[in-house]
Amino acid sequence: MVEFQIPVLNDVPAEFDTKFTPGAMAHLKPFLAKADHNVPLGFPGELVDDWQKKAIDRMGDLVKRYRSLAVYLDSCVKCGSCADKCHYFLGTGDPKNMPVARQDLFRSVYRRYFTPTGRVFGSLVGARDLTKEVLDEWYSYFHQCSQCRRCSVFCPYGIDTAEISMAARDVMDHIGVGMKYCNEIIAKVHKIGNNLGLPKPALADTLEGLEEDVQDGTGHPVRFPLDVKGADILLVTPSADFFAEPHVDGLIGYAKVFHQAGVSWTMSSYASEAGNFGMFIGSYEQMYKVSNRIRKAALDLGVKRIVFGECGHAWRVAYSFLNTLAGPWDFLDPAYPVPQHIIEFTYDLIKRGGIKVDAEANQGMVLTVHDSCNVARASRMGTMPGGQFILPREVIKACVPKFVDMHPDTIGDKTFCCGGGGGLLTDDLMELRIKGAMPRMEALAQVIRDEGVTHMAAMCAICKSQFTKVLPYYGMKMEMIVSVHGLVSNAIQLGTNKI
Amino acid sequence: MPAYEIGGKSFEHDEEGYILDVNVWTEELAALLAEKEGINMTSEHWEVVNFLREYYNEYQIAPAVRVLTKAVAKKMGADKGNNKYLYELFPYGPGKQACKIAGLPKPTGCI
Ligand code: SF4
Ligand code: SF4
Repeated sequence: MVEFQIPVLNDVPAEFDTKFTPGAMAHLKPFLAKADHNVPLGFPGELVDDWQKKAIDRMGDLVKRYRSLAVYLDSCVKCGSCADKCHYFLGTGDPKNMPVARQDLFRSVYRRYFTPTGRVFGSLVGARDLTKEVLDEWYSYFHQCSQCRRCSVFCPYGIDTAEISMAARDVMDHIGVGMKYCNEIIAKVHKIGNNLGLPKPALADTLEGLEEDVQDGTGHPVRFPLDVKGADILLVTPSADFFAEPHVDGLIGYAKVFHQAGVSWTMSSYASEAGNFGMFIGSYEQMYKVSNRIRKAALDLGVKRIVFGECGHAWRVAYSFLNTLAGPWDFLDPAYPVPQHIIEFTYDLIKRGGIKVDAEANQGMVLTVHDSCNVARASRMGTMPGGQFILPREVIKACVPKFVDMHPDTIGDKTFCCGGGGGLLTDDLMELRIKGAMPRMEALAQVIRDEGVTHMAAMCAICKSQFTKVLPYYGMKMEMIVSVHGLVSNAIQLGTNKI
Repeated sequence: MPAYEIGGKSFEHDEEGYILDVNVWTEELAALLAEKEGINMTSEHWEVVNFLREYYNEYQIAPAVRVLTKAVAKKMGADKGNNKYLYELFPYGPGKQACKIAGLPKPTGCI
């Protein structure tokens, strides 16, 4: 099935040791969205006739609307610090996957049409006309950026390639050149309420099945409530949690925590998705529409709190923009953070003795954790600085006999993307996904070798699916990937204590 | 649109080979798709494919992995009701490969 070479894993993670190969990934493009996918989002069905003018107009709108974008485009000094920091460059060796080169694809056009020197001196100052070739290049390489922002950590000016990628995708959507995977999914959210297209009866049936499973397995009546009016907590979780392995083990973990804490909670069939692909395509309007499903569900159900399940970019949108997009949240209980992450919720309970966990339940497991890019670099958890790194580790450590971290250049705010983020988790980009996972695979292989690590926990639906798929290509088992709350699910002691 | 041809009948499919209309599916088509995927259809494979189609008819979506493993356990024995066994049957993933053979649309999302 695979017609390319799987990268060889090097002993030292996070260093460039792939062959420098111009054009190595020029052939790769995701499937184009069709009219059926574009039109429901308000985009033209296919490439419009006067696409060049429309694209430049849209670019002009964006640089006016987002001051940060103009600053990023104006301030790069080509110092090269970011060049070898992108997992897609490390894994493919294609110089256009160096963050600065990726930015230049957009910057060169911006120069040509929006700066005085570019208008006059053109290519002398790195300015380019927006031709069909340039557009094709955009389509290819802006879909080889997972918007993970690792490069920005190393840039002395904090230039964020992710924001440039989002802008480029937004411009392309506005001339009818959308990406099938993302746009098809967003259209499903508008119609059905989640990325999978899981209708309410199927969701209800799935949740009922989980109640039976947990009852049979533990003897405890753990509920998975749906659309319960007047519940205190609305849980918003990625729909992959209902559907896939090892995601569902995490969902079972959340349910057990709520059960044991004795709180009333519910999920919503209307807002049955935490993810917000509007961010991936750089569309404020889509992000707004998707987020406001959560607001409507919270109001209709009359809940007091909102808790998010394990989803990386959802947490970024929730943490950074939910208030702007879908606030004000004055109808919720001000005693609790809006929104709250499930890991914060569980961490507090463990600390307070509100739930008990027994690490023996995960006997034989040696854990490490993959910090999700969006959680690591675009959000926080809890009240302490660095809480987004500390809290997941504390929860995992409480639930397993042994925990070790991976190489310091690959965790915390320097974490690598799993290789499938930013709307790239699609089979048509499998080559990129496999190659882009290389840096994480190197770091993981190192702790397997040196520390006897048996499992890697993840806290994002995309990371979980991506790793499950790519690990076997690197000779590792897909079962190595577990949900943070899958570990909690095994370790939590049901029925032993009530606050 | 590209299409599969079997005995003068044609079945339109998308870029990845998923047929566009779940209702035109036939067993001959499933056999052809399985062959293309390098899968030798045994009675266990057919059990899974038939269950997928039944479930889809009722719910307009493929079943979640847990729902599928439970159904498999019921029909083929508890030792087979797990994700690992499904991957043995459909190495590219029961969700996607089995859906393709069963004529269901490709599941989307973060899976
Ligand atoms: S945001 Fe991430 S994927 Fe995009 S260029 Fe920077 S490091 Fe690479
Ligand atoms: S690190 Fe920043 S300033 Fe330096 S080349 Fe990269 S984007 Fe430009």
